[in-house]
Amino acid sequence: MAKGTLYNKVWDAHVVDKLPTGQYQLFIGLHLIHEVTSPQAFDMIKEKGLKVAYPQRTFATVDHIVPTQSQARPFQDNEAEQMMGAIEKNVREFGVSFFDFKSGNQGIVHIIGPENGLTQPGMTIACGDSHTSTHGAFGTLAFGIGTTQVRDVLATQCLAMDALKVRRVNVNGRLKPGVTAKDVTLYIIQKLGVKGGIGYAYEYGGSVFDNFTMEERMTVCNMAIEGGARVGYVNPDQTTFDYLKGRKFSPAADKWDKVVAYWKSFASDKDAVFDDVVDFNGGDIEPIVTWGITPDQSVGVNDKLPEVSKFSADEVKTVELAYKHMDLKPGAPIKGTPINVAFIGSCTNGRLSDLREAAKVAKGRKVSKTVRAFVVPGSQQVKAAAEKEGLDKIFTEAGFEWREAGCSMCLAMNPDKLKGRELSASSSNRNFIGRQGSKDGRTILMSPAMVAAAAIEGKIADVREVLK
Amino acid sequence: MSKINQIEGKAVPVEGNDIDTDRIIPARYLKEITFTNMGKYPFYDERFDAEGKPKGHPFDLPQFAGSHILFVNQNFGCGSSREHAPQSLMRWGIRAIVGESFAEIFAGNCTMLGIPTVTVGRADMEKLQALAKQKPETQFLLDLDKKALYSEGKEHLKFEIHESKRNALVNGTWDSTGLLLANAGKTADVAKKLPYVAGF
Repeated sequence: MAKGTLYNKVWDAHVVDKLPTGQYQLFIGLHLIHEVTSPQAFDMIKEKGLKVAYPQRTFATVDHIVPTQSQARPFQDNEAEQMMGAIEKNVREFGVSFFDFKSGNQGIVHIIGPENGLTQPGMTIACGDSHTSTHGAFGTLAFGIGTTQVRDVLATQCLAMDALKVRRVNVNGRLKPGVTAKDVTLYIIQKLGVKGGIGYAYEYGGSVFDNFTMEERMTVCNMAIEGGARVGYVNPDQTTFDYLKGRKFSPAADKWDKVVAYWKSFASDKDAVFDDVVDFNGGDIEPIVTWGITPDQSVGVNDKLPEVSKFSADEVKTVELAYKHMDLKPGAPIKGTPINVAFIGSCTNGRLSDLREAAKVAKGRKVSKTVRAFVVPGSQQVKAAAEKEGLDKIFTEAGFEWREAGCSMCLAMNPDKLKGRELSASSSNRNFIGRQGSKDGRTILMSPAMVAAAAIEGKIADVREVLK
Repeated sequence: MSKINQIEGKAVPVEGNDIDTDRIIPARYLKEITFTNMGKYPFYDERFDAEGKPKGHPFDLPQFAGSHILFVNQNFGCGSSREHAPQSLMRWGIRAIVGESFAEIFAGNCTMLGIPTVTVGRADMEKLQALAKQKPETQFLLDLDKKALYSEGKEHLKFEIHESKRNALVNGTWDSTGLLLANAGKTADVAKKLPYVAGF
């Protein structure tokens, strides 16, 4: 059993009771909701005659279904318009704050929480979306939940939960130039596997994380769930406090010292005990691309694709399915694989620093004529900040489309979709079969800078060579 | 809320590790604002071709029609937290899932719907899937009190299930709202002690 970790401290501060089932009732400090997984939950509480118990701890936005070419209403897609109508009605009826298009704060739910200062160290957070783990970057326990659990949080501000084990994931040393947080998270998943984190919370640490910005930490925590860990977090430090200072919902400046002391108290103790510890060397990490249908099927961009014989017997079926779906060959290089679509955005890599990195590659270059390329800022705030720096012009001059904020082609519940067998270079988080909107479509995950490099070359490329 | 102690029925095998919730239910069906129609969609893109004709997925084979138990392999239900996935399986007719391992959020969602997710080892699962394929008429009985799976009335093997999930199912408290609401007073006490709730 882990002891003295941030996980233990945040958990203990939020336990309401041990339930007769043996589960724990956990108070949820921040509930984020969006249009897709909340309408049924609101219907359930209406059916039971219940109210939203803590509307002041509940915040809503729209991201999954919103078109990114134009946010004009009504949407052309009737179902999307109906879904939009449902969340508008529900937040009005139950008195929940709503970051809609007019607010200037609309965006992907895991981007708007941190950028508005809603996400704060020591909190428990829940959202009906698996990438809620993103918020762990601030030293929170953030849980992705299903709709019936969204109902429970709406009605009671609590969840019935089982405790997790805690695995410390250290990445020490220095990253090579051109290696990003996305490569670090893909590397960890490659090494520990997509099932390795089942039953665990991941505490990320070591000098690489100490030196990371908050946006880089968010990219890694975002994909904890892709490694099977429902929760991933980084201990709060000066980087965390500096990021939060002065944001819309951050505590007031006159209380700052007291607040920071409170936040610091949640960091894992020096002699904390973990259920497991793994160590990686940051210097071993190359720019990584996936080649298969699960996020752990990945290689360094200059590596050859693995032979099927390298995998354990029970993995062979998935590996064969992956090669068949992707139409790639064991032993072949991945670099040079032609792409059709380049997508920069998502809750993994749709923040300002991601767009800056991609713009460095796009600047003064042209997107290949064979590629449809687009950049989707993660929020209205990210979009405005990027435009202030002129990033939009760099992208459009290079031949990228510049879009409105939303989830876009990460999950293709909106008009942004792959067609047929198209292959996309994507800065998102899932390369699952059918994920990007075509059941035969193919996805290669990589960092935003690597997507920009692929867009320009028209094929999978090493961003370091493109920048030379 | 009903107590769930035993689930009886035929079993349908769906083979493969890491079957994610996008494969269980493609995102386009999440645009519906109720779960009512979800029973039509499980594994849709693996079951039907572009013209909507069945491709021979186990969910469409006559010998597995009416099955209540699903046999799966490792990390079933990974990926998106969409409850539409277990909703679609449940509304198709699945009442219990036996697998080698389950993604955490998926298993939690199943419990909230009263669907047990129980685990067995790899060798046992291979045998179970083979039995369901070779003798699809086999009647299985999954007993949560005894943590045992029976076939044709005989004990076949023991399975594992998270004890708190088992308790919730056998005691009829898997729909947790009632339990949580009963602690509204204690919840308010905890909220009061958290400085951020009051704005520091």
